[in-house]
Amino acid sequence: MGPHELALLTLRRLVAAIPLVIGVVVVNFTLIQLAPGDPTTALIGDYPAPPGYVEQVRAEFGLDRPIPEQLGRYLWQVGHGNLGYSFAHRKDVGELILERLPATLRLMLTALAIAIVLGVGLGILAARRRDSPLDHGTRLFSMTGYSVPEFWLGQILILVFALGLDLLPSQGARSLRAPPEGFAAFLDGLRYLALPAFALSLRYIALISRITRASLLEVMNADYILASRARGARERTVLLAHALRNAAPPIVTAIAYDFGFVLAGSALIETVFGWPGIGRLLFESITRRDYPVMTAILLFVSLGVVLANLIADLFHAALDPRVRRP
Amino acid sequence: MTGLALAPRNTLWSRLRRRPGATLAMAAIAISVLVAIAAPLLALRDPFSGSAASLLPPLSPGHPLGTDHLGRDLWSQLVYGARVSLAVGILAAASAVLIGTAIGAIAGYVGGVLDNALMRLAEFFQTLPRFVLAIVTIAFFGSSVLHVIIVIAILSWPQTARLVRAGVITLRSAAFVEAARLGGKSDTAIVVREILPNVIAPIVVTGSLDVAAAILLEAGLGFFGLGDPNLVSWGGMLNQAQQYLRQAWWMSVFPGLAITVVVLAFNLLGDALNDALNPRLRDAP
Repeated sequence: MGPHELALLTLRRLVAAIPLVIGVVVVNFTLIQLAPGDPTTALIGDYPAPPGYVEQVRAEFGLDRPIPEQLGRYLWQVGHGNLGYSFAHRKDVGELILERLPATLRLMLTALAIAIVLGVGLGILAARRRDSPLDHGTRLFSMTGYSVPEFWLGQILILVFALGLDLLPSQGARSLRAPPEGFAAFLDGLRYLALPAFALSLRYIALISRITRASLLEVMNADYILASRARGARERTVLLAHALRNAAPPIVTAIAYDFGFVLAGSALIETVFGWPGIGRLLFESITRRDYPVMTAILLFVSLGVVLANLIADLFHAALDPRVRRP
Repeated sequence: MTGLALAPRNTLWSRLRRRPGATLAMAAIAISVLVAIAAPLLALRDPFSGSAASLLPPLSPGHPLGTDHLGRDLWSQLVYGARVSLAVGILAAASAVLIGTAIGAIAGYVGGVLDNALMRLAEFFQTLPRFVLAIVTIAFFGSSVLHVIIVIAILSWPQTARLVRAGVITLRSAAFVEAARLGGKSDTAIVVREILPNVIAPIVVTGSLDVAAAILLEAGLGFFGLGDPNLVSWGGMLNQAQQYLRQAWWMSVFPGLAITVVVLAFNLLGDALNDALNPRLRDAP
């Protein structure tokens, strides 16, 4: 695919994502409007705020104006990055989220990487030995992995590996005495990352292995696979060069689709492991009734999902020439 | 997909029975439903009443699964917790299926602009992060079983809607539907009496998977401290277990196992139903 074509496609998909983004903001606005009590509480949080600030918020969001105008003002404010102020944290909400974002991304991307490697690997093994004990075992494993609540798995991992065997730490993202940077700091970080990342990934190992297996089996019956075998290609070449490439689009789509669920799961996992990310922040904001933080996180996570879907579309197009033209 | 509902029920039953996973799943579901119904008989004491005997390990006299930090009997809490999980799971999934069926049938039968709009809406709802949205909504509106059911239902209908729509579109110009139309039946009667009975198979499958997803979502809300404060729930039990992991592993192990078993059962059932109902796969090895 040429650079021109790619740019055009990206542009087209970006335009298609705009209604989704606006929809997400409208959902947020609707929640704030429908919430019991005054919308100012939903915008400021159930925390003592200076009276001048309440007036400022009323004016900024036009709370005495008709609903359509309020929606317009809300879109305007959010579009300009004004997500409100958290009096519980004494900090700008946008700033607060950006501060916590790196920890969440580190946890999520590690979990996703584990899930892709193990999930695709298991899926290939199961598809190659169809109906073998390995295949049935994988199927049972993926069913179970899909049914275990991830936060409970986190607790069990803490019970076994942190409290029982005393192998790995269970709370936080780094030790107090860890060096600030360098390889030792990296290793220290890995030790803290191990349990939460695995707890978060299990569900997606299960999902990805299932989709990989199904998708591979579907293309394995195709003529070009038969042709390639007939030409005497080695099984490994057939599998990796032909089958996996053609089986990839649904796998990529599934991974991107799961992205939102990984984000949600990380909220629970961060709470179990005291991980200093956005999920923990969400949990804290519930106990503190810090509403602006909650709606801002909802907005952030929703936009993250839209972005992930966009990236998946582009990957999909790069892998499969048939979807490039509408 | 078409001829499924026409197949006699006993063949579906026997196809299901031949799968060990399905039999096991149905047994687990039946047992958990019985436990939920008979909770007052099975509980050894009031799940809310505390005692001085706090953090007793399992197999203590009078407390087969031990007690929690307030000396409440874990077995009795577990038994009452089954009520919340199953009620929320089944009612939320049933509501989601009803909403999804209605929207999918309208979209598929009417077609055109309305179909397009409804399917865009379904896509949009599938993009929304369900768990975070459920958390924020419940935090705003207050926690009660009813709120949890409504929120889960509103966030879960699109899958059913898309399946029903696809089924309705393939059937709306089928000969037997044409015949009914020529016979002077109203559109509503045609959809409800002629078309929907033939798309019941995928609805049943997603329904079962929806129950599993709803139970997990409810447990997650409970773990976040957003369960109904007046009821015992498995998610809520895990929320309290979190603070006592070091002292009382049993507070975490038993409720989590209960959730896993019930969710696994509904997932296995959905999977087995899918295999049994899907004619394309029926004769596959």
